[in-house]
Amino acid sequence: MAGLLHQLLSGLASGGIYASVALALATIYRATHHVNFAQGEMATLSTYVALALIGAGLPYWASFALTVVASFAIGVAIERLLLRPMARAPALSSVGVLIGLLLIFNSLSGWLFGYTIKTFPSPFEAAAAGGLLGGYLSAHELGATAVTLAMLLGVFLFFRHTKTGLAMRAAAYNPASSRLVGIRVGRMLALGWGLAAAIGAVAGMLIAPTVFLDPNMMGGILLYAFAGALLGGIDNPLGAVLGGFAVGVIENLAGAYLVGTELKLTLALLIIVGVLLVRPAGLFGRVVVSRV
Amino acid sequence: MIAGRASLLAGAAVLLAPLFLFTGYHLFELTLTVATALAILGLDLVTGHTGQISLGHGAFYAIGAYVTAILMADCGVPYWATPPASALVSAATGFAIGLPALRLRGHYLALTTFALAVALPQILKYRGLEGLTGGVQGVVLVQPGPPFGLPLTPDQWLYLFSLAVAAPLFLLVRNLTRGRIGLAMVAARDHPLAAEAMGIDLAWLKTGAFAISAMITGIAGSLGAIAVQFVAPDSFPPLLSIFLFVGLVVGGIGSAAGAVIGALFVQFVPDLAEQVSKAAPGAVYGIALIAVLYLMPQGAAGALASLPQLRRRGALAAARGESPSRGGTGHVE
Repeated sequence: MAGLLHQLLSGLASGGIYASVALALATIYRATHHVNFAQGEMATLSTYVALALIGAGLPYWASFALTVVASFAIGVAIERLLLRPMARAPALSSVGVLIGLLLIFNSLSGWLFGYTIKTFPSPFEAAAAGGLLGGYLSAHELGATAVTLAMLLGVFLFFRHTKTGLAMRAAAYNPASSRLVGIRVGRMLALGWGLAAAIGAVAGMLIAPTVFLDPNMMGGILLYAFAGALLGGIDNPLGAVLGGFAVGVIENLAGAYLVGTELKLTLALLIIVGVLLVRPAGLFGRVVVSRV
Repeated sequence: MIAGRASLLAGAAVLLAPLFLFTGYHLFELTLTVATALAILGLDLVTGHTGQISLGHGAFYAIGAYVTAILMADCGVPYWATPPASALVSAATGFAIGLPALRLRGHYLALTTFALAVALPQILKYRGLEGLTGGVQGVVLVQPGPPFGLPLTPDQWLYLFSLAVAAPLFLLVRNLTRGRIGLAMVAARDHPLAAEAMGIDLAWLKTGAFAISAMITGIAGSLGAIAVQFVAPDSFPPLLSIFLFVGLVVGGIGSAAGAVIGALFVQFVPDLAEQVSKAAPGAVYGIALIAVLYLMPQGAAGALASLPQLRRRGALAAARGESPSRGGTGHVE
């Protein structure tokens, strides 16, 4: 029983990481209907930037904030410069551009910061070195989950209760009508990308202490986050977060009792294929009906 | 007719020239290029012609390679008899993946196939399959020599062998895409609804295209395994699938010449770039991919093909807006 509880809790902890990347994916999907293949590599680069800032002597939270702001700016720039012109192009072109970005960001991380595995500091370790909840969760896992939940709350409040959030939802739902009522749709899309890049940066900084930092850090994580986002509904931020947590728990329980750790990625593949076949909109997603 | 025969002869001369010009490692690289070109040709059938974006064709390449390796190492099957078996297994896998792929479009299909590419090395390493796949260690093969006492080095023979396997498949794809099936594919890509109204069975067409595409890429993997004489899970990372995709776009979508140009790009550009820095190949791939999508969406082959046309028509073509545009990549979503 204690073993099961332990698996559940550490599943929730890693699920928190997937949830934050899934949140970033859902944010971009909501704004642009693109699946951002470069999300993981962008987050990795942001994490390296944070490490460099910390290395330069800045306190952790100052580096954290600076990195989030810089990532936001990079996200906006990418949308403006590279994706805007492809807005009306077929899916192959936008997938191609995103794959190109993935390759470029991956090289950039390796070129600027090297391929050796680095440790990344956690701001929560100092608070409670021994671990909390009877040792089931490390202080970092608990802190990271708290930050993820706070971030989710922030995104939820932003979309639900601010004028800009409403405008962003409108722009994604019906660009033409939004334009007619005076919403600057292009600006909303750029904002969505910036937001997603910032969320991704936070996710990267939260996971780096656990998995260590190298240019390919996010490869597997991105897959789990995709699976989580799809499971919850990729057009629904709350659903994506819940899906991320669920995937973390499923992964840990299946890894411990079912398939072993060797086939964890295959499990993500099965979840993705299963969701897309059985319930393409996800558990909490809106079923889109298109008129022909 | 005479012009056609002359260009055929010229093409054969270009393909055979490396036998006399290069030896050893360079010839080996060209053999791999033939395999890569074949893999991209297979990918093109699904992504270029039918408009289903696959970022997981490296998985079919790996399956073909493993079938060859297992047959050669465990069952003692001679190397030349393995490509048909690889073709069967990868076609069956392609069919099985093509079925769920029917329900997916655009980004979702790309995502799912990419997940396949990411998961495959782990499946190959799985301990339960170790007896078959050799686990992390992989399988080492023996290099086949030339038959009938031909006066060739093994490298020369393998290059010829790969060409001999690849050439009929290029012909097959050419005939397939030029005939009514090819038209149906393009119709399914550009306007699925209209295609269905014309009586095209989209489900059959797309699954069939996926199976044939996987078959061709699987045979390419088989050639690759024979040339390298070694397979291991880490020889087929997810990046392999992405490289095939890069080769397809850079070479030119929907064109056999594009597959060859793309394969040359994928094979040789990283070697050149790596001399600059370890990080350079990825960056070069990424920048080339984005640049091609913006500047010449039809890829290198499309750009080359439009050169004489442009010269002939002069400004007229430009004025009428007939220069190749993004239209060729199909309208999805």
